[in-house]
Amino acid sequence: MSSHPEKASAFLTDEPRAHWHDQSVWFVRVKRDRQAKMIPEWEQLRETAAGIKSHTISRMAEYLEEFEKNATANGIHVHWARDAAEHNEIVYRILADHAVTRLVKSKSMLTEECDMNPYLEERGIEVVDTDLGERIMQFLHQPPSHIVMPAIHLKREEIGELFHIKLGTTKGASDPNYLTEAARGHLREKFLAAQAGLTGVNFAIAETGGVVVCTNEGNADMGTSLPPLHIACMGVEKIIPGTHELGVFLRLLARSATGQPVTTYTSHFHGPVRDGEMHVVIVDNGRSAILNSKEHRRILSCIRCAACANTCPVYRRSGGYSYDYTIPGPIGSLLAPLRDLRKYSTLPYACSLCSSCTDVCPVKIDLHHELYTMRQEVVKQGILPLHKRIAMAAMRWVMSVPWAYRMAGKLMRWLVPRLPRALVYSKLNTWGRQRELPPMPKKSFRELLKEERS
Amino acid sequence: MPTVGLFIPCYVDQLYPQVGLATLHILKSLGLNVEFPEEQTCCGQPMANIGCTSDAEPLAKRFLHIFGGYEHVIAPSGSCVSMVRNHYEQFLSGQPGFEHLRSNTFELCEYLVDIARVSRVDGEFAHRVGLHMSCHGLRELGLASDTERMVPPFNKVRGLLSQLRGIDLKELSRPDECCGFGGTFAITEEAVSSLMGRDRIADHENAGVEVLTGFDMSCLMHLDGLIQRAHKPMRVMHVAQILENARLS
Repeated sequence: MSSHPEKASAFLTDEPRAHWHDQSVWFVRVKRDRQAKMIPEWEQLRETAAGIKSHTISRMAEYLEEFEKNATANGIHVHWARDAAEHNEIVYRILADHAVTRLVKSKSMLTEECDMNPYLEERGIEVVDTDLGERIMQFLHQPPSHIVMPAIHLKREEIGELFHIKLGTTKGASDPNYLTEAARGHLREKFLAAQAGLTGVNFAIAETGGVVVCTNEGNADMGTSLPPLHIACMGVEKIIPGTHELGVFLRLLARSATGQPVTTYTSHFHGPVRDGEMHVVIVDNGRSAILNSKEHRRILSCIRCAACANTCPVYRRSGGYSYDYTIPGPIGSLLAPLRDLRKYSTLPYACSLCSSCTDVCPVKIDLHHELYTMRQEVVKQGILPLHKRIAMAAMRWVMSVPWAYRMAGKLMRWLVPRLPRALVYSKLNTWGRQRELPPMPKKSFRELLKEERS
Repeated sequence: MPTVGLFIPCYVDQLYPQVGLATLHILKSLGLNVEFPEEQTCCGQPMANIGCTSDAEPLAKRFLHIFGGYEHVIAPSGSCVSMVRNHYEQFLSGQPGFEHLRSNTFELCEYLVDIARVSRVDGEFAHRVGLHMSCHGLRELGLASDTERMVPPFNKVRGLLSQLRGIDLKELSRPDECCGFGGTFAITEEAVSSLMGRDRIADHENAGVEVLTGFDMSCLMHLDGLIQRAHKPMRVMHVAQILENARLS
């Protein structure tokens, strides 16, 4: 059992840092607003993207098969993995067949989801994450805390300290340019020595049988141009029908994710490099179960831009680790319980239902409503703590009987002001930890109304 | 003049009776025939939001039974109205009168602007005011454009308040961030909820706000609790309490 409130409270013990985290992430939301505002047809674009996604999801199998056919014709080897274990085995087999012991990796949350790095490392393969944020997290042996900005929770001084230890940078140096340059030099060696490159996939195009990866650092290109072997790993939901549709998503993705008009690199891979090999591993890992659920199917529309996390007032103030799942934020609060409802039962409640995520989502997933529905799942499965179920049942009873409601209200208003403060604000009063209780007026509205009338 | 049903959310009835009275006085001043059905209690939102549908359903049915016959139903709360409009379908779909109820239940400001067509607010409120745009009214009822969607800006509540003489409506750095109330969220995620609230208050404070207003007393109850605890000079008022003293036409 993972508890979001507990982990969030721990994060909030350092309040200045929590505020700093909130502001760093909010800054990205503001950048997103600025970019979105510059597109007069932004809302139409979102609508179109949502339409394309729901169409594609409804014909997922056909498009995936079309992709396989066209990719194969392009000389790409296509593999199908039912789950994380199969995915890891397939990747390992490909690498073992080519006697690869040094792999460079770029832009893949899916391999995080599949826990691939440790699996390959145990089998003697060095895996180097080449994107700066991911590399930082790999040095720390920690997972990303955000799906687009994995090290957003770290201050540059901390990164300076880490690089001093790992890369021998000057002690106390925290200039981002200097640190980035140091990482570059270090990674250049890794690129040159790599025998294979692994990337994620942002979009797989059925019509052309190719995949597209959007990056800012260009590591996907480096990692796939230097070594002869390229493995691209994708979840089934990355499929889109054609290049026309690609245009719609490319306009939305970077603007929503980082507030850039477009990522620095949009790399199209439509076959192996000369004398090389290219493999695409298509992974299900629970996605077809989501496809089969009428209530949650739309979640598969997600293009992993993290705009929902950036706008989420809870994510910003509780940090990525409070979700205890590969993908944090509102979309993660849906994906995690769909994987294991019992373990992640507090995530649907890590949400004030403010619905900012729904309005920011570039593919119009009704995230807050999905979270609302997921709570019903928690109750249906009997996972909601008993005291809450009893409280709700009691409240329902009181509210169903007008005299009981009037009496309960009257009693509360009479009693609370008469009790000693120490008792009212005891440990049991969670509301009162940081807040005063509302005033307890002598008379209710309905009582005053009667007086006004008489 | 139509007979309208006055829907006073349970916590407003018990804890903020003056907000209920202000709402009643505003509606009466428009010449409406206002009825307050005595048997009303709670719309069932707390149970629904926690996922206890079997506890929410009977209250939804009660609500339809009590309010189904009115031409319009009006409440000084965006959140409770959103419950009726956006979440009752699961419980009441296909029931006679539900479609009418759903499309004729209004938040107060929404009613004033869209149905009663109030275009003039004649009154005075010479204070520095911060407007809290509670999420359900903002994004689920569409009382204003939010900062996420790229649509032409509008704000029905601000449109009413800004006409008051002497009012100084302050701009916030985050005009529509959630205050962290969220119903049971305020308890289950107490730490995050309280910080969200304190951050909202700080934004209003930095803007020089004296009176923090809004259309959902629940959010204001949470914010006021934090304000009182910190002994800040700011006070909260429901928008109905500000509009009560103005002449609406």
